Amino acid sequence: MSLALNELERLFPPSRLLCKPGELAPYESDALTAFRARPLAVVLPESHDEVVATVRWCVKHRIPYVARGSGTSLSGGSLPIEGGLVIGLNRMNKLLRLEPQERIAVVQPGYINLQVSQAAAPYGLYYAPDPSSQPVSTIGGNLAFNSGGAHCLKYGMTSNHVLAARVVLPDGETVELGSESPENTGPDWLGLFVGSEGLMGIATEITLRLLPKPETYHTVLAAYDSLAKAGDAVAAVVASGLLPGAMEIMDSLAIEAAEAAVQAGYPKAARALLIVELEGETPQVEAEARHLDEVIRRSGAYEVRVAQSAEERMKIWKGRKAAFSAVGRLSPDYIVQDGVVPRSKLGQALQEIERLSERYGLRVANVFHAGDGNLHPLILYNGRVAGELERAEELAGEILRLCVALGGSITGEHGVGMEKKAYMAEMFSEADLAAMQRIRRALDPLELSNRGKMFPGGEAPALKHSGPHPLEQAGVISRE
Amino acid sequence: MTADVLYPTSPAEVQEAVRSHPRVLPRGGGSKPALSTPREGQAVLNLSGLSWVLEYDPGEYVFVARAGTRLAEVEQLLAQNGQYLPFDPPLVEQGATLGGTVAAGLSGPLRQRFGGVRDFILGVQFVDGEGNLVRGGGKVVKNAAGFDLPKLMVGSLGRLGILTELAFKVFPFPKATATLRIPFPGLEAALEALYKLAGSPIELYALDLEPPATLILRLGGLPEALPARLERLQLFLSRSGEVLQGDAETQHWRHLNQLNLGRGYLVKVALTARLIPALEKALGGAPRRYMSAGNLLYLAWDDPLPRLDALLQSQGLAGLVLKGRTDRPQIGIDLEQVFGRRVAAALDPKGRLGNLGKPYAAQD
Repeated sequence: MSLALNELERLFPPSRLLCKPGELAPYESDALTAFRARPLAVVLPESHDEVVATVRWCVKHRIPYVARGSGTSLSGGSLPIEGGLVIGLNRMNKLLRLEPQERIAVVQPGYINLQVSQAAAPYGLYYAPDPSSQPVSTIGGNLAFNSGGAHCLKYGMTSNHVLAARVVLPDGETVELGSESPENTGPDWLGLFVGSEGLMGIATEITLRLLPKPETYHTVLAAYDSLAKAGDAVAAVVASGLLPGAMEIMDSLAIEAAEAAVQAGYPKAARALLIVELEGETPQVEAEARHLDEVIRRSGAYEVRVAQSAEERMKIWKGRKAAFSAVGRLSPDYIVQDGVVPRSKLGQALQEIERLSERYGLRVANVFHAGDGNLHPLILYNGRVAGELERAEELAGEILRLCVALGGSITGEHGVGMEKKAYMAEMFSEADLAAMQRIRRALDPLELSNRGKMFPGGEAPALKHSGPHPLEQAGVISRE
Repeated sequence: MTADVLYPTSPAEVQEAVRSHPRVLPRGGGSKPALSTPREGQAVLNLSGLSWVLEYDPGEYVFVARAGTRLAEVEQLLAQNGQYLPFDPPLVEQGATLGGTVAAGLSGPLRQRFGGVRDFILGVQFVDGEGNLVRGGGKVVKNAAGFDLPKLMVGSLGRLGILTELAFKVFPFPKATATLRIPFPGLEAALEALYKLAGSPIELYALDLEPPATLILRLGGLPEALPARLERLQLFLSRSGEVLQGDAETQHWRHLNQLNLGRGYLVKVALTARLIPALEKALGGAPRRYMSAGNLLYLAWDDPLPRLDALLQSQGLAGLVLKGRTDRPQIGIDLEQVFGRRVAAALDPKGRLGNLGKPYAAQD
């Protein structure tokens, strides 16, 4: 191994090749802190060519690797491989090109999600995908895991906003996938690559589509005395033919947490809060708002607030976006799941989750993207109590199976990663998984690129109780 | 040349057909003959027998059907519930099917508002080159589990799998629409307006350019807001143009959907607006229409195809021939790369699928 490391030392200066235990510690896990693994080393490339050289080194020495950005993966997707290499891409963090007229931005993988919108803002443009981790998560990681956010029903996920990528394949070859045009005339190779969880290679240059910023927002906060009523309200909005940019629900535990954390001014007695946001051209939004207000009024909300200013709107969203990390105030530890159910099954799913919560004796807070049926149950536990983590994991598994049984998915936006790979077989048949594996092995016969993720089987590192991610403790990242 | 034609009526029969024939070519409604005419040795899998709706609950915005289902049937069913396929597939009246639309990767003018077929496909079931029945994606509007095989199938031209089932996200169709036709004095002025609109918060369902210099814009939304928005649009462009509403409007878009642009080959080109000036100089009199802010071009080409092939190559563009006889429907720049070859080889190692003289997998 030292021979191999010597070779790596010729590729990277000491400041960008980390091997000492103290240097490796921050890379041992991602936002799914229950998993931890010690890599052989971490390299911090600064160019495409360095990534190519690194991947070639891995192939030569048969060393598995994981490429990683800010490590905000909630599915353990950027968890290191024990004894493998971590390729940290945070130094490849440049905006390479911004063309407001063509509405595209070309970035390196370590560029931060929120910075795209900030760079585009002077031109009246923005980057639509808005995972809650957007102040720190990188575009490279967003691409690998096809990140979502609160606006997916109308605008899609990351995949719908990536136009092209320069990719280093697992054998070190470079290909260009996609083009500046959102249309293409052959198989959508880029569409396959996005969301492949790092198993098909490393993107070193990413072309993003920018959208014009909506002219007006209309943000409504409605309080209900039951979750079911909030769920019915969502169905009523959909039935009315409106297509809001976002529809979010929080339950009482999540409200309590958000209030304690950021004092968003939410009605504290509410059993459920619904946030609905319309956006678009002013005359259209004004007309839609009249319809929406009517629907909400009839939905049995006991209190309705409409944001009267940009500040009020931000405040409503602040509570929602902070809800995840805020739950940390209610419990020393928690697991977040992100299964999806058909919208009409939301009520059934929530009832079932409540029942499971009682059976397991663990509290579950719910914050979810109601518009697209994407649940986010937060399972609260105390890792210091023997067996509680295992029970929480078991409960999480039951929720995933429930989502599949209701016709949904085990993950809406967090990805399979390490966490949910055992549940892939619940959703896909052997033939489905075999086809995916064949594709993977055609691109990576040695299975070096993010080995051990997404597909069932292989060894998972032991579950360890380890508390929140350091960035999370500092309030920099949150889990969505 | 006569080819075997098979009429499978179930995914299992598609599997059987793939396993028992050395070369197969899927065919839906035959509305894109350049892609569905068999070559020597190919058996045709006519999928018209795989045509029925599997799931549709309007409240879910999800629609699932067998791949041979005709778009006309789908659109009718969706319209009964005020919904539509937002990527606006063309050739509805010519009998195009869901499977053929996905395999050819075709969207229409309304893609401008919410995206193309790749943005609305949720799930897929297909038979790979070995006869395996494979499913990818799901039947909910949001899903990140497993590789995105549904997107991979968009534009796959039957070479990666025979589509048997497809799931789409659908949206409510706007309650009212209006179309504005605005001629400009020249291409430069028209393109300036196109860019200005595309970068503005004005939400257009269609933003087309009809050469030499006419923009055709479609607004959609609530009827009570439409007059004010139309007026704002005219003010924004400082031009009033010609307003189409009611039947005249519906007819305009229905007619365009047939893509009866002119004689000769019908070709789709993927591009961006910045290439339009050079392309306009080169294309001469070929009838054509740019859609979705200059990202999509359909043109009729009545000259020898190699000329168009060379022309597109010189502009760095790729095109797809939909109608007209050719052995090589993919023209313009070569999009082949090692990623694609390896994925194709994984799904079709023996090269059973596909309509090119040489399948991807055999070219490595």
